[in-house]
Amino acid sequence: MKIHEYQGKEILNKFGVPVPKGQVAFSTDEAVQAAEKLGRPVSVVKAQIHAGGRGKGGGVKLARSIDEVRTLADEMLGMQLITHQTSPEGQTVRRLWIEEGADIHKEFYAGIVIDREKQLPCLMVSSEGGMDIEEVAAKTPDKIHKFWIDPEQGLTEAQAKEAATNIGIPDASIPQAVAILQGLAKAFWDTDASLLEINPLILEKSGKLKALDAKFNFDSNALFRHPEIVALRDLDEENPDEIEASQYDLSYIALDGNIGCLVNGAGLAMATMDTIKLFGGMPANFLDVGGGATTEKVTAAFKIMLRNSQVKGILVNIFGGIMRCDVIAEGIVTAVRETSLNVPLVVRMKGTNEEIGKRLLKESGLPIIAADNMGEAAQKIVDAVTGA
Amino acid sequence: MSILINKNTRVITQGITGKTGQFHTRMCREYANGAACFVAGVNPKKAGEDFEGVPIFGTVAEAKAQTGATVSVIYVPPAGAADAIWEAVAADLDLVICITEGIPVRDMVVVRDRMRKEKRKTKLIGPNCPGVITPDEIKIGIMPGHIHKKGRIGVVSRSGTLTYEAVAQLTELGLGQSTAVGIGGDPVNGLKHRDVLELFNDDADTDAVVMIGEIGGNDEETAARWAKDHMVKPVVGFIAGVTAPPGKRMGHAGAIISGGQGTAQEKLAVLEECRIKTTKNPSEIGKLLKSVI
Repeated sequence: MKIHEYQGKEILNKFGVPVPKGQVAFSTDEAVQAAEKLGRPVSVVKAQIHAGGRGKGGGVKLARSIDEVRTLADEMLGMQLITHQTSPEGQTVRRLWIEEGADIHKEFYAGIVIDREKQLPCLMVSSEGGMDIEEVAAKTPDKIHKFWIDPEQGLTEAQAKEAATNIGIPDASIPQAVAILQGLAKAFWDTDASLLEINPLILEKSGKLKALDAKFNFDSNALFRHPEIVALRDLDEENPDEIEASQYDLSYIALDGNIGCLVNGAGLAMATMDTIKLFGGMPANFLDVGGGATTEKVTAAFKIMLRNSQVKGILVNIFGGIMRCDVIAEGIVTAVRETSLNVPLVVRMKGTNEEIGKRLLKESGLPIIAADNMGEAAQKIVDAVTGA
Repeated sequence: MSILINKNTRVITQGITGKTGQFHTRMCREYANGAACFVAGVNPKKAGEDFEGVPIFGTVAEAKAQTGATVSVIYVPPAGAADAIWEAVAADLDLVICITEGIPVRDMVVVRDRMRKEKRKTKLIGPNCPGVITPDEIKIGIMPGHIHKKGRIGVVSRSGTLTYEAVAQLTELGLGQSTAVGIGGDPVNGLKHRDVLELFNDDADTDAVVMIGEIGGNDEETAARWAKDHMVKPVVGFIAGVTAPPGKRMGHAGAIISGGQGTAQEKLAVLEECRIKTTKNPSEIGKLLKSVI
């Protein structure tokens, strides 16, 4: 789960990580009031969306007067902000963060992720703040310093000190840097984050360090013990179909192609998408119905897939293990009838009670195209969609 | 032979009284020697009772002491699953197979850290996996038993149904399996592809291995590089997720391309580089394996 920058900064504040003063605004008036309250000669108007690259996309701007804040807020609220992380249409800006201008002397990078190989949280720091860290990692990997965090001890003072020294934080600011890095490590751990990124961490001319940005992702498996994080969820930032799918316990991700696919199991679902592409088509979605593919779930899945007007055909691929093919077949027949399906449907089912399942589909009298293996199924749906 | 488990393995089921635990214990006991293999269940609140004749103990340690079981399978819900893993590790079992999906990553980091620090001997499979099966001998987990056939091909995979797909293809081609291992789809887990390849390499009754991977992490690359230098048996591979977009979690918690890392293309390239033949068509995994033996 993702949250907004301003929410991330509120969390950081609680862990003793200094952030610039600011206030969230949902309207131009609120933005103006926030700037007046800050009372600084320069304030920053920052669009709040769940995607990076906001600055380059025109979502972060300086204002030197209240009037300018008003103009910028007016422009930004409601705009479609397009960044390299959003869809091509961009994301609608609904919230702004009005922040005091910073007096940036130097920019650093600090981030924490789970290192899957070492199975530990890993702090990464770099002197190359403000840049795309993936680019730094690719071009100058020696400028990234890594520290693995012991779950029992947390980030030690010695580690934090070494990290701060490595990236060239001046001596006078080292104690503050240690407190910040330890605060970040604690925030990451205590909130069950999967990613915490401060880019940039700035050094002001006064020698003070501040987190100028804050990016948090949280482990969705751990949300059950973090109601305070769940409360920060902004449904406007998520795909409505993906939200609806999750209510039916379906794992759904919208993609750009025109062939919808419904599969049981995440690995098989990815493999099915790949096969569609291999045979010249493009998948419109990832959809895992999971182990208990009931009629209700299959019907909901069909409805969600069909809401996408790009979808010109559907491929169902089921490996019946514990889940029986006859049960799935009944679900498919009901779903086709309930949704008055009017695009080609190819069904491939394999495994337990396969023959009964296939017979049920045939006897339904519905125009369902049967296939015996994944390759054949992909070929048939691609042909049906392209009219071959 | 086989790897990890065989007909003489004795198993404790942690979470035997839950709905999933009950259902799959029943299915496992019906498969091959299952009735003799599944000897104990654990539930502190129901110690002294039994589940369809399987005695329930208060702790794993007690179940082990009373029955001599050396392996456990876990169906405990996510919030308590990491503790259940630790209980089995602390009781010095040889192998723990954790089926549970949805365990917080932080809990797994804590358990794995403790296992390493205390140099524990217990092997962990999973979590978020279908389990392990040695056909015609024993099935520990949620996979459908009947698609398997006894034989000499090893299978290791991060996925559930995609593994069944590959196994069914092998069986149709008359190629039975020595053991099929689902290592699970979570980012922090127990045995990795590399570890399981090593076990198959050392197993006299395995002739070749199918390795099924997916986007996220670099397990497959690590395994491929190890195989290039050590594996004396042919390995073929399939990697799911060529069409997966970056930054999206594709169902499995660990199936995500992050920071441009863990793409299927990258993995396929490393596998090929390490002389592991791959196919982009998942319908042809069986055929591919047949072509190398």
